[in-house]
Amino acid sequence: MIRSHVLICGGTGCTSSGSVKILDAMNAELAAKGLADEIKVVGTGCFGLCALGPIMIVYPEGTFYSCVKVEDVPEIVEEHFLKGRPVERLIYHETKSEDLHHATSLSETSFYKKQKRVALRNCGVINPENIDEYIAMDGYQALGKVLTEMTPDDVIQTILDSGLRGRGGGGFPTGLKWKFASGNRGNVVKYVACNADEGDPGAFMDRSILEGDPHAVIEAMAIAAYAIGANEGYVYVRAEYPIAIHRLEIAIKQAREYGLLGKDIFGTGFDFDMFIRFGAGAFVCGEETALMTSIEGNRGEPRPRPPFPAVKGLFGQPTVLNNVETYANIPQIILNGADWFKSMGTEKSKGTKVFALGGKITNTGLVEVPMGTTLREVIEEIGGGIPNGKTFKAAQTGGPSGGCIPASLIDTPIDYDNLIAIGSMMGSGGLIVMDEDTCMVDLARFFLDFTVDESCGKCTPCRVGTRRLLEILDKIISGNGEMEDLDRLEELSNYIKSASLCGLGQTAPNPVLSTLRYFRDEYVAHIVDKKCPAGVCKSLLQYKIIEDKCKGCTACARKCPVGAISGTVKNPHTIDTVKCIKCGACIATCKFNAIIKE
Amino acid sequence: MKTLAELAAIRERMQNNVIVREGTASTRVVVGMATCGIAAGARPVLSAFVEGVEKAGLLDKVTVTQTGCIGICQYEPVVEVYEEGKEKVTYVKVDAAKAAEIVEKHLKGGSVVTEYTIGAIK
Repeated sequence: MIRSHVLICGGTGCTSSGSVKILDAMNAELAAKGLADEIKVVGTGCFGLCALGPIMIVYPEGTFYSCVKVEDVPEIVEEHFLKGRPVERLIYHETKSEDLHHATSLSETSFYKKQKRVALRNCGVINPENIDEYIAMDGYQALGKVLTEMTPDDVIQTILDSGLRGRGGGGFPTGLKWKFASGNRGNVVKYVACNADEGDPGAFMDRSILEGDPHAVIEAMAIAAYAIGANEGYVYVRAEYPIAIHRLEIAIKQAREYGLLGKDIFGTGFDFDMFIRFGAGAFVCGEETALMTSIEGNRGEPRPRPPFPAVKGLFGQPTVLNNVETYANIPQIILNGADWFKSMGTEKSKGTKVFALGGKITNTGLVEVPMGTTLREVIEEIGGGIPNGKTFKAAQTGGPSGGCIPASLIDTPIDYDNLIAIGSMMGSGGLIVMDEDTCMVDLARFFLDFTVDESCGKCTPCRVGTRRLLEILDKIISGNGEMEDLDRLEELSNYIKSASLCGLGQTAPNPVLSTLRYFRDEYVAHIVDKKCPAGVCKSLLQYKIIEDKCKGCTACARKCPVGAISGTVKNPHTIDTVKCIKCGACIATCKFNAIIKE
Repeated sequence: MKTLAELAAIRERMQNNVIVREGTASTRVVVGMATCGIAAGARPVLSAFVEGVEKAGLLDKVTVTQTGCIGICQYEPVVEVYEEGKEKVTYVKVDAAKAAEIVEKHLKGGSVVTEYTIGAIK
């Protein structure tokens, strides 16, 4: 007789900090104490608060343990499960209440309060490897409803009415995409596909959905297939996501066993099955035409559009390709109706959006908020602000295809159109927060370096253009820049944007353009003053010892790996700037804050 | 599975298994499970409550949990029932049979089983 559930996060973040070992230890300890029949241990998907992992929640009390270690397991079992005393020192401080047996609800904490979990609703709630738990949460009800009560056109109309737009980056209306592919049902072979080739540095929402709620994607793909008249689906997922692949494989197998995939689903005569294809990690394969040619077994390169995939997609047939998060919304829209979905969000961006919070922020993790939530709410309230007392400088959305949002625009409500208006884009939802220690020229260089590596090389503007952009940035960073370089950057960026074949090249210059737009003074400082205001670009920095502060303790001289510091005991030391490699070891060593970089 | 009815059956059966995670319950049954409680037989009482609540179909309304020593060891096993907006009820010297009765009369029926409460003993 089960009286209590222990949910342990099995997302990639918590797994890498040891949650699998904790789960095993918990099972062993419960068995040893004879509690295995009373207390059920459940591995779940991501709770979102990755910064505090590994995370464990105990129900019915709702006790939220954070930063749990394997060594804590015997204490939790002995104290909490055997004696009924929650282990106070492990409880996340925001959920602590006077009565330890009745935790403050998670939805009351600042991290969760403003969140609205639609796509992530089952992540951290159910065991993703058990189809029954998904069914308990109304799983496959939407598919049942669609197959028995709705015509394919009804389904498309509902998605159109909901205002759902693609969550992968472009923001194209999903219902419209389906409608374009819906013609000539029954006479033409068609496909549905799922883009799980999440490549933006810092984005991990698609991975987390596949890890935490894989059946939602399967169900949605079956619904899409019914709507357009397809019988086969493909999920293109990167091979670097082993946990996501493993759980998706289990989910597909279970769905087949239950007859939710296969022939004659629910006895309605509708056939649908789906398959997984692995991506080898090329960023360009997140672009729809490159993705589909990769599924076909060819080298992942884009091709010009039109024809669009809805006309000529996978294996030359009409295809609907949606992103993981887009699919995760579909069953909810079918069950709750288009009006419910439309009630969330802004005028042109409906529903919610998942963001992967990363960079210089306290609560690193996964958050889902209604469209139109301001950047300030996401960063300061949900994200817990910038750590170490630093100030917020900018946030990068959309990864290497997006742009930065400066602190002055922190009150911008986030939706597709607002972000484009300020020179960024939604992208897949990576949100990288930067503080005063980030150099914006260096940031632009970082993303350019990424796109140069990831350019597939098919078209010249992207292959050569991005490399030339990178060279100019390198020149500026090394202190050899000229003011004319700024014009060259802009001119070249605009050429690349307008002449590239696919989205990769068309958006690659965005980080350069947006940092130039909002942080031009930093570029100028690098070029004219030969200084890096954030103190990041090594070539423009000099390490100096402030004479008055130096006590002559010799600690720095002994630490310096290249012998660049000289001086006698109890007398101020000096740094030989020719020898200095700017490693920073001396700053870390000095107890008197006598060494500065400028 | 070939019908929606089968899907609904799985849903029905499984909802009882996951409802404990929803936190919708407004009533808490707390069993004293310190050394004194366990020695006096709190474990079968706890099992009886867990089983009884499920059988009575009260999983969405009642959670069964445990606590340490309440401080009246001579009256163990002690069970406290917290209902939202009502005064706490303390049952003493509970056994599995009494537990079943409390589930039936108090948790399901809504009337406190006065003869088992601490007030009746004193």
